[in-house]
Amino acid sequence: MCTYIVEKVEISGSAKGRNGWFSSDEVVVSFDHPVHAMDDHTLNIDFLKSDGSPTDRVALEIRPSDALKFAMTILAVLEEAPEALK
Amino acid sequence: MKDLDIKGGTVSFKGANGDEIEGYLATPAAEGSRGNVVVIHHMPGYDRATKEIALRFASMGYNALCPNLHYRDAPNADSDDAAAASRANGGVPDDRLIGDVNGAKEYLANLPSSNGKFGVIGYCSGGRQTFLAACNIEFDAAVDCYGAFVVNPPAPEFPVRMNPIANQAPNLSAKLLGLFGIEDQYPSPEEVNRLDEILTELGKEHDFHIMDNAGHGFFATDRPSYRVEAANKGWELIRDFFGANL
Repeated sequence: MCTYIVEKVEISGSAKGRNGWFSSDEVVVSFDHPVHAMDDHTLNIDFLKSDGSPTDRVALEIRPSDALKFAMTILAVLEEAPEALK
Repeated sequence: MKDLDIKGGTVSFKGANGDEIEGYLATPAAEGSRGNVVVIHHMPGYDRATKEIALRFASMGYNALCPNLHYRDAPNADSDDAAAASRANGGVPDDRLIGDVNGAKEYLANLPSSNGKFGVIGYCSGGRQTFLAACNIEFDAAVDCYGAFVVNPPAPEFPVRMNPIANQAPNLSAKLLGLFGIEDQYPSPEEVNRLDEILTELGKEHDFHIMDNAGHGFFATDRPSYRVEAANKGWELIRDFFGANL
């Protein structure tokens, strides 16, 4: 099914796309059919430049169980990082 | 093989609100009078796989046109980027879909080879959109391939914007062929059977098949959901259905 489960979050960062690095100010997180990954549904993450071209995009399609590991790893790494550096 | 003497390429036409959008047109190479098919792509977009479906219809002797429903979200972008932009924008609005499909039908109607008969087919989200189109535009034949949310609303945990459209069934203009998978939950066999009952009560001509050993997306040859037996049977049913009605 097409779930259209979509959440957006504003960020400040950079991503490297097909034309090189760009400033990314928005991440779209969705749970829906992938284009390339071999699962019926995946956790999809698009790093975007909100006023840029749709091709200014870094796309991830991750198996849901792996996405959870990925998210936990992000949290663990952030937890490990010294508070003064965040 | 003579049936593979076909042509395919991008065309422009007016869709909803008079907007210029693009579509992929596939036709037999030979001149002649023939039926027409509007192909509605799935949610992952106006992609190679859907254009290959249009080419297949051309090889079967039809003019086929697939409108790019994501064109406005990302003009001239790759289909996956446009699909991502559409997803971020909340998907394809129903009224825009109707306008774009109607524009595709009008484009086909103006081809010299058009015989004045029109079919529409769609997959996944396009299955629901096929039903929607056939309830709002005159078609001779429609094929709904595993479209969800025609009868049942999305579950509460799914924040999709699509509303059920079975209440539009009295306006269904076309004979409807429905192809579904027994392992699919969206739509589930129960939802398919309910739509079957609704159409029977209304006296709407339809033919539904729930395929064994198949779930959602069983026609998709580039996905793990592909089920060759169900897909082959489905293509035979489509061939006979369009052959009889277009």
